[in-house]
Amino acid sequence: MAVTDAPRIVTSRLAYDDSHTLERYLATGGYEGLRKALTMTPEAVAAEVDAVSLLGRGGAGFPAGRKWSMLRKAPTSYLVVNGDESEPATFKDHLLVERDPHQLVEGVLIACYALQVTTAFIYIRGEFALGLERVTGALNDAYGHGAVGRDIFGSGFSIDVVVHPGAGAYICGEETALLESLEGKRGFPRIKPPYFPAAIGLYGEPTVVNNVETLSNLPWVLVNGAAAFTALGEGRSTGTRLFALAGHVRNPGVYEVEMVKTTFRDLIHAPVLGGGIPGGRELKAFIPGGASAPWFGPDQVDLPLGQDEVGAAGSMLGSGSVVVMDDATCVVRAAWRITRFFWRESCGQCTPCREGSGWLEKILRRIEDGEGRHGDLDLLMDISDNLAPGVSWPPQQTTICVLGPSIPSSIASAIRMFRDEFLVHIKDGACPFGSAPHG
Amino acid sequence: MTQAHLAPEVMARAREIVALYPHPRSALIPLCHLAQEHDGWLRPEAMVEIAELVGITPAEVLGTATFYDMLHTDEVGRYVVTVCTNIACMLRGAYELLEHAEQSLGIRTGSTSADGSFTLEDAECLADCGRAPCLQVNHRFFGDVTHEDFDRIVDDLRAGRLADEVPPHGTLVRVRRDGGLRVDAETVGSERRATAAAMAERAAASESKGAG
Repeated sequence: MAVTDAPRIVTSRLAYDDSHTLERYLATGGYEGLRKALTMTPEAVAAEVDAVSLLGRGGAGFPAGRKWSMLRKAPTSYLVVNGDESEPATFKDHLLVERDPHQLVEGVLIACYALQVTTAFIYIRGEFALGLERVTGALNDAYGHGAVGRDIFGSGFSIDVVVHPGAGAYICGEETALLESLEGKRGFPRIKPPYFPAAIGLYGEPTVVNNVETLSNLPWVLVNGAAAFTALGEGRSTGTRLFALAGHVRNPGVYEVEMVKTTFRDLIHAPVLGGGIPGGRELKAFIPGGASAPWFGPDQVDLPLGQDEVGAAGSMLGSGSVVVMDDATCVVRAAWRITRFFWRESCGQCTPCREGSGWLEKILRRIEDGEGRHGDLDLLMDISDNLAPGVSWPPQQTTICVLGPSIPSSIASAIRMFRDEFLVHIKDGACPFGSAPHG
Repeated sequence: MTQAHLAPEVMARAREIVALYPHPRSALIPLCHLAQEHDGWLRPEAMVEIAELVGITPAEVLGTATFYDMLHTDEVGRYVVTVCTNIACMLRGAYELLEHAEQSLGIRTGSTSADGSFTLEDAECLADCGRAPCLQVNHRFFGDVTHEDFDRIVDDLRAGRLADEVPPHGTLVRVRRDGGLRVDAETVGSERRATAAAMAERAAASESKGAG
């Protein structure tokens, strides 16, 4: 079992109770990355970020540097920070906005300088009331410190940052829905193309949207250099990454580990990480990258935590959330709950998603309730096929955004891995685990 | 002229918020939160005034607000208790906790107690899964909540012992923004043009160097 002694890049301050204060931030190297960036040309800062091949930490894993370089031809109007973290069992950005808000602010400022953007919006999901207070407070202090506002640190560069609260809608994590929401509208994802807000973003102008964790890496990258970052991890998955570990483990929580060098087994079982499965239970299945990701079983536990490695195995690292289910878990109930989530959060624009999610939820609910019908599994797969033709991975697109085609992942996984368990529910007219859906 | 609904100081804050954005409508959600802070929920009278502030119709305010779970267009209790039941919390007893909450408060999920103190909701993932099962009261987190913890939280709320941690429903952010660029759009515009020109110059210089 190997847990590498890689440096902590984004969680270095969390040992301090006052990690969110300007005093602590300055005492631990805060705003030095920004000061260094301001001595460089914006292009050189962007090149440094491009060189680290920092894969976006929001869920799609798109290289941050490439998102930026799409804009280098024309001036960018806005930087928008995606802090709408709502993917089930993902809670890493929550930690960063509450415990190290200055690190995020500094990352935002570095990105703004590199892109020569003078207005940035930090969109934070409304449920993070404390996070909103902490980031607002950090910004107030940063204005006072001269890091934000007119002529920052005497560089002649001015920048304004606005914290914007969401109001409870998973879909606003989809970047075009987030922009709609930021424009004061319902969070309806926009029709693609254009695929990237780089072309048409906020108010129709060129916009970069980056995730909280992605930007929180930038201060360290500027201070320590791209080479120090790429020395960590392997292949395209460089650096460290936050993994939010939840479900049936002794120590659920957020862990920063070196990419690729660490495996799911390490994350789940290492005493300094998940600490194993409690109650003498065995691992039944785990979800490697958020509710949209196909599930893995015990056979895949030795896969490394790398974007391409997990992708090649048929799932995704996604949002960095890992949900562990022990052998007492009813997978029908688990698949039902995830499907219920998608049904509740579907924005309703596209028929396959709006209608399909409800039908799937209803069928799964009746199976778990002991009222499943002969042929329900075929029906589930048929509806899934309408949402994502072939029910393949990555899913084929039938809708405006990826929410709808992501719905079959958990259902198809559960049926593929535990078909007999579904059949027992239907044949016996009861859940063998004695559980039942609620709500 | 009809009597204004939102208090003058709230209207003043609302105008400050509108001024933060290049387009007034962007202030819509923050203003809905502000109105909830004023009234505990989003009253129709407040929506009329918000509509005026951002330059849209009251129907558009309502139509947008109903998209978002946190914006309540019906009256809610002083304390809105939101129990997460998504996968991570479900695996650690969230539905059992929700059932206990229903019994303890004597109300069904989605309803408000007769005395107007408590509204009970079940929520999608609140992103506190390291402390599952978790819940929020007026969007303040409580983690690793046992049934005993739940009863204690309710007792403490009733007795006012959590007044510092849990403000009345609707108060989202107690820290006010006090910094700002405070420059006019023309200054920003001229800076942006100068920047774009400088970047184009550098790009042209590096290209000619590359060609040479």
